[in-house]
Amino acid sequence: MSSLQQYIDLYKQHSDLIDSHSSEPLNKMRKVAFDVLSQTTLPRRGSENFANIDMEEMLAPDYGINLQRIQPDINPDVTFRCDLPVSRQSVFIMANDTFTASDNAYDTLPDGVDVGSLAEFAKFNSAEIEEHYGKVADMKNPIVALNTMLAQDGLYLHVKKGTRLEQPIQLVNILSSIRPYMAVRRALIIIDDDAEARLLVCDHSQKGDSDLLALETLEILVGKHSRFDYYSIEESSEQTRRLSALYLRQDEGSTVTIDGITLYNGVTRNEYYTRFEGPNASLRLYGMGIEDDKRVISTYSHIDHRAPACHSDELFKFTVDDEANGDFTGRIHVAEGAEKTEAYQSNRNLVGSSTAKMSSKPQLEIYNDDVKCSHGCAIGQLDPMEVFYMRTRGLTEETARLLLRQAFMADVINAIGVEQLRERLRILVEKRFAGTRSSCSACPGCELKK
Amino acid sequence: MLLKVTDLHARIDDREILRGVNLEVNAGEVHAIMGPNGSGKSTFSMVLAGNPAYTPTGGSVEFRGKDLLAMEPEVRSHEGLFLGFQYPVEIPGVSMVNFMRAAVNAKRAYFNEPPMTATEFLKMMREKRAVVELDNKLASRSVNEGFSGGEKKRNEIFQMAVLEPKLSILDETDSGLDIDALRVVAEGVNKLKGPENATIVITHYQRLLDYIKPDFVHILYKGRIVRTGGPELALELEERGYDWIKAEIDAEDAAREAAERQ
Repeated sequence: MSSLQQYIDLYKQHSDLIDSHSSEPLNKMRKVAFDVLSQTTLPRRGSENFANIDMEEMLAPDYGINLQRIQPDINPDVTFRCDLPVSRQSVFIMANDTFTASDNAYDTLPDGVDVGSLAEFAKFNSAEIEEHYGKVADMKNPIVALNTMLAQDGLYLHVKKGTRLEQPIQLVNILSSIRPYMAVRRALIIIDDDAEARLLVCDHSQKGDSDLLALETLEILVGKHSRFDYYSIEESSEQTRRLSALYLRQDEGSTVTIDGITLYNGVTRNEYYTRFEGPNASLRLYGMGIEDDKRVISTYSHIDHRAPACHSDELFKFTVDDEANGDFTGRIHVAEGAEKTEAYQSNRNLVGSSTAKMSSKPQLEIYNDDVKCSHGCAIGQLDPMEVFYMRTRGLTEETARLLLRQAFMADVINAIGVEQLRERLRILVEKRFAGTRSSCSACPGCELKK
Repeated sequence: MLLKVTDLHARIDDREILRGVNLEVNAGEVHAIMGPNGSGKSTFSMVLAGNPAYTPTGGSVEFRGKDLLAMEPEVRSHEGLFLGFQYPVEIPGVSMVNFMRAAVNAKRAYFNEPPMTATEFLKMMREKRAVVELDNKLASRSVNEGFSGGEKKRNEIFQMAVLEPKLSILDETDSGLDIDALRVVAEGVNKLKGPENATIVITHYQRLLDYIKPDFVHILYKGRIVRTGGPELALELEERGYDWIKAEIDAEDAAREAAERQ
């Protein structure tokens, strides 16, 4: 029997309770998702675009879902120190699957920005949310369908026409449970025309031995001539599984950065589906992962050039060591009529041991003559001559390797548009490669309730 | 004595490149090692610096009284050996400043000294840059990345100035340099010369030796030092090329092999 069945049964049994904790736009889609899931087969390891990820296995543990809406006792203002690099303003917390705002979250937000709990906003703003919720993401994707069936809350961000947010908004996702637990998180982000916003999301798991699963779906709409930056940083734990699907639609002349950074994780699947719906838009889709021990990272991206004269620039870099496993699939689709498309893709990987694995699969589908496209992937090791050169100047082999691995990630880090985050990440990556754990173990917030 | 190489043999992969090198270098001396292509000049420098791709298979190297071949490359550096690379390696993403700070502080740690303060370090960088007229802009860039051929070689001498080695081996430092760059690099080397340190200049051509005056000139051929002389030997090579010496050595070898067969 499929691992899905337990969640389907759970929903059947408790659909009224789940509905009562959420609101109409979410509940409506729930039923659609339920119907889809009843006929869904989960991708197994080795299925197309699933080299290392087995969704049956990932969903097999008997994860608890927060049906009783129990609020985990996490103090945002303590947890805040955990890893919020940028500011003490506009900080929101998703403690397991419960959305809260930190004390001063709203102090500096200008008019023209709605941000808060998706379930709450859906109660009195339901027309707008109904228009987009579940419409950008693809229900045929089992991550999306399962998320939609079970999601009770999440982030809602709406930046209205002409509004420019100077300060980045931050969302801290914290997983904490003494029993196997699945946090079902959702985000709906709407950036109207001529607007600008940046969102930073970081994922943390509190220490513990129980299996944790973050199941998330993000839907992002970016309007004409708008700008949106999204940075996601995972610093979770070996016990954490993450299934994340991000869907982006970009309108004419918009500029978007999507950056997925994995510093610490257990098993992670990140999917990015982006679509240009108007001309002259540009996207930078970047990411990196540092994988060792038995960690697994799997990345799937699908950039859909449906409109002419759009520009996409994709770069993903991974290091795999010990027995870690990684795979990357990057699909670029240039539709008929999308002339003057520029699409560049690069995936580079460092494999540091004979037991680590990495695979890379670039896919370009071009139905148009007037385009500039390129893709490149490389899987290799550190250049021994570089290591030797550094050693002749007195650096130990270890230090040389450390510097070279940091350097390998430099172009991903340098491209980060928020200066404080960029500098903070430089340090975090350095510490990560040096083996000094940078994240939750040093954080008082994370030592709180277990 | 600074360096004593005795009957050194070494190979890379399965090819024996060095077949019994003997060389002695004292403080204050400048030695030139010349030789035709493929004679083992670069291999000799790589073996002395400890490149793990090369395996010493026989003989010994004493450096300031210690067994050089037993040391890791970084320890050789701390003990005062410097190799200026024929092809300096580009290291994208690692800034020159961070690289040199790591190098300087690694050496200080080796001698149980505290790390340099930022002010001290920057002051030293400024002074050493002047030795080879290295542009400040280059120092803030990634190591050798996008440097011209001349800038890379100047950068090697700059690093040599920072590390203050006892023995510098400069491998084909003249290759790829125009005459002005050559002069700057050579002047840098000469400024760093002193009674306490020594230099081995490895070169194919004599022109570098117009600027860096050697006390001894050695000819390396077939993995051995086959002739040693004064500066006049280099001039003779310049005039007559390498063929006469190859012919002489090949004849000597043939005679010896014939004698051994009998």
